[in-house]
Order: sequence, then C-alpha cells, then structure tokens
Amino acid sequence: MVNVTYVAASGSRQTVAGNVGESVMQTALNSGVDGIIGECGGSMACATCHCFVDEAWTDKTGTRMDGEEDLLDCAAVEMQDTSRLSCQIRLTPDLDGLVVHLPESQT
Amino acid sequence: MTQVEIIEGHRKIDPPPGVPVWDVDPYDEAILRDPHAFYAELRRLGDFVYIPKYSVLAMGRFSTVREVFSDHTRFLSSHGVGLDDYKLIPPYRPPSIILEVDPPDHTKTRKILTRALSPKVVRGLMDMFLATAEPLIDDLIARGPFEGVEDFAEVFPTSVFPIAVGMSNVSARHLVDYGAMVFNAVGPNNALRQAAFKAAEEIVPIVTRACQRDALSKDGLGALVYQAADAGEITEDEAGMLVRSFFSAGVDTTVTGIGNAMYCFGQFPDQWEALKRDPTQIRAAFEEILRFTSPVHTFGRTAGVDTEVAGTKIEAGTKIICVLGAANSDPEKWGDPEVFRIDRKPVGHVAFGAGIHGCVGQNIARGELEAVLSVMLRKVDRIEFTGAPEWRPNNAICALDKLPMQFIGK
Ligand code: HEM
Ligand code: FES
Repeated sequence: MVNVTYVAASGSRQTVAGNVGESVMQTALNSGVDGIIGECGGSMACATCHCFVDEAWTDKTGTRMDGEEDLLDCAAVEMQDTSRLSCQIRLTPDLDGLVVHLPESQT
Repeated sequence: MTQVEIIEGHRKIDPPPGVPVWDVDPYDEAILRDPHAFYAELRRLGDFVYIPKYSVLAMGRFSTVREVFSDHTRFLSSHGVGLDDYKLIPPYRPPSIILEVDPPDHTKTRKILTRALSPKVVRGLMDMFLATAEPLIDDLIARGPFEGVEDFAEVFPTSVFPIAVGMSNVSARHLVDYGAMVFNAVGPNNALRQAAFKAAEEIVPIVTRACQRDALSKDGLGALVYQAADAGEITEDEAGMLVRSFFSAGVDTTVTGIGNAMYCFGQFPDQWEALKRDPTQIRAAFEEILRFTSPVHTFGRTAGVDTEVAGTKIEAGTKIICVLGAANSDPEKWGDPEVFRIDRKPVGHVAFGAGIHGCVGQNIARGELEAVLSVMLRKVDRIEFTGAPEWRPNNAICALDKLPMQFIGK
C-alpha cells in the first residue's frame, strides 16, 4: 500500500492508503476524500481532479502528461507550477508518503 | 504457417479452456430492444462467454469489463471496435483516427479533441444551449402530447451541435442517420448493418463535404480542429477526419441521452419530483441516467497479445465484445442496479467508456443535458407518457424509437 495525504484548502489533512497502479484521483474517491470529483473517471476530459503537488514531491510525480496542460487551463482554480490532474498520477512504491494540496473548488 | 480462418471479419478462435459456450445472438433484434435478460445471463455465466455464431468472447461483469475496456496496452482499438478486424479485412470506411487507433497515434489526435471539446469551450456554449432549449420546451408544453424522440430528443442536438461545430447545409435527418449508421456498422453483418451501408452511400459524401475547412464557420469547434492543422500538428485531411468524428459520435449519442432521460423520468416520476426539490442534482441525475440506460451498450476490443484476465487465457487476435450495458447493471457493483435513483452517484460507470478512449465529447453531452434539464426544471411540473415507449434496435446504441409523451407545465 502507498500512503497519500490530501490537504484540503481549509488546511485539514487526511491520509489514506492506496494501491500501486491506481491514480491519486481514484485513491481519493475510494476512501471518500472530499475535494476531488473526478467526473470523467480519469479519461482526462473534465479537470475536476485538480491538485497541487507538495513541493517536496514534484520530482517524484514527474512531468505532466501530453494534453494535461490544456485541461488544467480549464480548472476552476487557476493552475500553478505544481498543478496536476490527480487522475494522471499513478501510485508507485516510490510515492509512499505523497502529499497533495487540494484547490478550494473543482467546479 | 497456419492459415487464419476468418469469421464475421475477424479471426476465428476456439473457446478458451473453462469458458462457457453460449449459443446466443447478442445482436438479435429482440435482445437489442430489451437486453436485460441477456445482460443478466451473460453476467451469470462468467467473466467471459464464447459465442459460436460470431466466434467472439463476450463479457458483462463490471470489474472485468472495466479492466479490458480501459487497458489499451493489451486490448487494442486499432483493429476496429466492432466485429471486423481491420488488420485482416479492409475497413468499410477509412478508420477513425481517434476512436480506432492506439498510442502514439491516438495521443496526438486525442490532445487536439480534448482541447476543442474542453470544459472551457463547453462553458462558452452554455448560453446558446440554454437559449435553444427555452423556446423548444415552451413550445412542447403548449403542444400537449408530442413525440419525445422526433419532436424533442432529435431536435435539440441537431439544432445546437451544428452551430457549435460551425457547420451548415446538413439536414437534421442526415445527422441522426449518420450516427445510427456508424453505430450499426460496429455490429455483425446483420440486416441493421446492411441497411446502414445502404444509407451510407448517400450520407457519407454529404458529411465528408460538410467537414471541409471551407464549409465550416471560422469560430466553431470545427475551426478549432483546423487550427491544429495550421499549427502543423495534423494534416488538413486529418482535421477533416476529426471533424467527421464529431458527427459520428456526437449527435446520435446525445439524441439518445435526451430520449433516455425522458424515459427515466417518465418511468420514475418520483425521481423528477426529487430533482425538482434539489436542482443542484442535475449533473448527478445525468450520471444515473447514463448508468441506468447505457446509451452505448456494446463496443469491442481486440487482444493485441496472448494474455490472461481473471484466470481466462486469451489469445492474440481474439475479438472481445464488452457489453457496457451489462456492466452498468451488474448487481455485484451497484447493489440495486434495477432501481433508478438520482442520488446514487454512480462513480465509475462505463457509459462513457474508461481510460484513454473514454468519451472525449462528454463535456458537450453533459452541457446539453444540463441545459435541457435546467430549463425543464423551471417550466415542467410533470413528465407523462401518453403511450408505450418503444426501443429501436441498433448494434451499439440503446435508444428509443418512439416515446409518446407530454409535459405538464408549472
Ligand atoms: C450521451 C452521449 C454520449 C455517450 C453515451 C458517448 C459514449 C462514448 C463511449 C462509450 C466512448 C468510448 C469508445 C471506446 O472506448 O471505444 C466514446 C468515445 C468518443 N466519443 Fe462519445 N459519447 C457521447 C457523446 C459524445 C459527443 C457529444 C461527442 C462529440 C462532441 C463524442 C465524441 C466521442 C469521440 C470522438 C470518442 C472517441 C474518443 C477516443 O477514442 O479517444 N461523444 N463515447
Ligand atoms: S478525472 Fe477528469 S480529468 Fe482527471
């Protein structure tokens, strides 16, 4: 299992365990973490799974996927350098302890 | 070297060890009209069944359908998502360069359509969608009884979508028929498919012509796709092919979405009442409509490698029909799938597919439905059938043929 911590815009933190191979979006939905909608189910069509990767982790989560930026540009809260679509970050053992920050709103 | 034996346009296979053989025709018109008993038996028999008539594997359990449908590395789209295997027989039309390709080809075109159909673009279309829905729904309320498919479900998308794309000179009838044709073509060579091909002779040239740059307005979704050609991302011809995909996939599907929504609320009036009480649930309600009716009921994949799913050995070249309607009604996943309730929040349903090919037009579909339902919520008190709904058999689409109904205004 890979632990992921979601930090809400209010500052509250929730740490949940996800499976290797699943996305950060899916992991949040599986554990009932609020603040990620994932309306399109991870097909990179909706931008309702926006997150900001904690600075300490941006190297490990890697670069954005092809086409991801166009969609981040549609997110409800403006994109920053650390912005990712959480459906495009797949959990690997390397990401154990990952921290992502959630925007105030996804729609 | 052994000769490949071809059946229904693809490689004939033997039933894999342990897989039940079921002598059924999933494309029988009676099943297409009322598929639920077929779905239930398909799920009961196993993760896969072998269907001798077409020499395919069929599947309907949620977890494994999702696994196969979303795994583009093992289960390919480039061999065609119907029964024909394009690597073995010539395709009936130049294959889609978005739906019927694998990465890296897919990545390139998908990026362009993601941009052209993005949430932002759809937000910009919402006013036009609402302004079109308003008089249409006023008129339907005033009319008394009307035909839900012809007078409503077909009218809305064929009014707004050509404007959105920036296309003129194609009749509503041609748009609806083109979609039905493309979707019937993914089935076996039955009467539905043959009729589709006959219709194609007339419609394909009209649609192809309408997708050319000079036939499109300068400010629509079509022009956005041609901008990608200007930027050198794709060729002029490819841009035309991508605009064509709007019409293959974007009209008949939303017509079906609206018709099926009317069916759900007519059949379950308490759920219309529930939505009236809480209009913020419009989008959630549409998710449940999608799950409950699966407008695209079946699409296929072709195994690209020898592989295994849930213990079943699958040979490269095997055609697999993924019955999305069965997955969306799997009690294992949904508990009480036969109940339509707008507060279900059916996260993970496969009505828009899953994974990299997951519907790239879903923002448009959601926007159209949101416009229609939000105007209806303001104006329509009750949705009533005035006759029995009838379903229209199609090899991939689960749509109504007739829906006699009326709106009782507020
Ligand atoms: C209720 C309405 C709709 C439904 C149920 C629906 C369903 C689907 C499904 C199931 C797929 C996946 C196919 C596969 O994986 O093989 C798909 C893909 C696709 N849809 Fe939709 N669709 C709808 C509306 C639209 C609209 C409005 C458009 C166009 C604006 C559209 C354009 C496409 C395209 C181009 C693809 C291929 C995407 C790819 O292969 O990457 N669809 N749709
Ligand atoms: S879940 Fe839709 S873009 Fe990530």
